[in-house]
Amino acid sequence: MNPQNTKLQVKNLNFYYGNFHALKNINMEIEPKKVTAFIGPSGCGKSTLLRTFNRMFELYPGMRAEGEILMDGKNILDRDIDINLLRAKVGMVFQKPTPFPMSIHDNITFGVRLYEKLSRAEMDDRVEWALRKAALWDEVKDKLRQSGNSLSGGQQQRLCIARAVAAKPEVLLLDEPTSALDPISTAHIEELIHELKEDYTIAIVTHNMQQAARVSDFTAYMYLGEMIEFGETDSIFTTPKKKATEDYITGKFG
Amino acid sequence: MNNAIYRRRRMVNAFNMGASMMTMAFGLFWLAWILWTLFEMGLSGISLDVFTKITPPPGSEGGLANAIYGSVLMTFFGTLIGTPIGILAGVYLAEFGSRGWLAPATRFINDILLSAPSIVIGLFIYEVYVVTVGHFSGWAGSFALSLLVIPVVVRTTENMLRLVPNSLREAAIALGAPQWKVILFVTLRSAKAGVLTGILLAVARISGETAPLLFTALNNQFMSLNMNQPMANLPIVIFQFAMSPYEDWHRLAWAGSLLITLSVLTLNILARWFGGRKNQSH
Ligand SMILES: Nc1ncnc2c1ncn2[C@@H]1O[C@H](COP(=O)(O)OP(=O)(O)OP(=O)(O)O)[C@@H](O)[C@H]1O
Ligand SMILES: [Mg+2]
Repeated sequence: MNPQNTKLQVKNLNFYYGNFHALKNINMEIEPKKVTAFIGPSGCGKSTLLRTFNRMFELYPGMRAEGEILMDGKNILDRDIDINLLRAKVGMVFQKPTPFPMSIHDNITFGVRLYEKLSRAEMDDRVEWALRKAALWDEVKDKLRQSGNSLSGGQQQRLCIARAVAAKPEVLLLDEPTSALDPISTAHIEELIHELKEDYTIAIVTHNMQQAARVSDFTAYMYLGEMIEFGETDSIFTTPKKKATEDYITGKFG
Repeated sequence: MNNAIYRRRRMVNAFNMGASMMTMAFGLFWLAWILWTLFEMGLSGISLDVFTKITPPPGSEGGLANAIYGSVLMTFFGTLIGTPIGILAGVYLAEFGSRGWLAPATRFINDILLSAPSIVIGLFIYEVYVVTVGHFSGWAGSFALSLLVIPVVVRTTENMLRLVPNSLREAAIALGAPQWKVILFVTLRSAKAGVLTGILLAVARISGETAPLLFTALNNQFMSLNMNQPMANLPIVIFQFAMSPYEDWHRLAWAGSLLITLSVLTLNILARWFGGRKNQSH
């Protein structure tokens, strides 16, 4: 892969929780407008890696990342990067739903308003667009003024996905976004991922092998903080180069 | 299953249950007695006059109007001054207070302020304000009360903000929101009910305080809404009237006590109601 063809390039990335070495010398490239899946047993560092892409770890004392993460050629771990702007460009959906204490409508507009000035009508269109993308529109179109907390857990999660999509980030980080969803909503979200990758670069953490195989173009298998194998999803799932990867994918492990 | 152990557990359980019921009954007994006496003595003193006429000289007709208005005014301004300071400090402690020495020091001083005898607060305002301007006043009383409001609001605001899960802050920050927006629109908003409860409890606390007003607002036997003059207030009127030998003053003192108790009771019920509503939404 040449540098022009990467959205995020991770170079010799090490991550520490205090003294605990959580990511060990990670090297990888994430291609633009493709879906990259991260798989591996619990605690192997998938969330940790995802959270370095938007520097979420910086909120907490004692956590630090070393190495480089180049986004479009610029190191986002640099001190002089505008961190709020970075986070506006790199959206994130968390494992557990986190609706804000405001109406469904305002949940969506909160992020949009931060960096865009839209007219009322444009904003309403954006809300509908995002909610349709997240397969939630039909369920909430008559109660946009109700609190986001009044939705079911799965609906809340789709609201959070809509919220992240509405801000139109360049990169979308999804940390087990469907682990709280029923099969139908999950299928919707997977469709959404397919659709979104026309415009966005997507990184998704999942414990569901079929999901990784279905939605992703590239797959990274991690174990104990190391990147064991990384490559095209087709080859990882059909002809893995490492025994450990094969064992994990076929369910002999984890 | 071991029957002996099970029987023993049941006995210990019955004993503890009985003991806690008895202590509760003991406490409730005194409370009921106090409330009973208060209503018995207070209700007979309550009439329209209490709210419309000012405190009388002994032996003539009158009410508590000047004291009621004075108390309401000073409580209002005390809350108005103390609440913003308390909320800002509470936000600082909860949202920025994880590093450095300033936050632990503030927390420590706040705890001292929280348990400081209110008469000390009154003396403090007397020294720094009353002596400086040269007279007792409603403002002095409000300042003293605001010093009682601040630590309560600081404490509840910090505690309530700490209950807001970090995942919610992260979600807002992940959208690229600057920290002040996160705090204002997300964290404070989700802790709104709790913060409001703290304010109500602070109001309940200051509405019955006598000591901080003794050296600050003093008293005023006339109707005065001038915050720069000495100002009548219920606690001190009750104190003065109850210590007097006059029968009609006694009745007014009881009526005043009942009014304070009822307003504190109302505030506490409101605070509970807000607190309860918050729990339902989660
Ligand atoms: N805040 C933290 N402080 C210290 N150690 C942490 C912290 N968060 C995670 N870790 C450790 O870092 C390692 C990687 O954690 P991480 O959350 O990235 O795992 P994961 O692959 O996302 O797991 P899961 O699939 O369960 O979500 C684990 O060993 C974990 O114990
Ligand atoms: Mg994780």
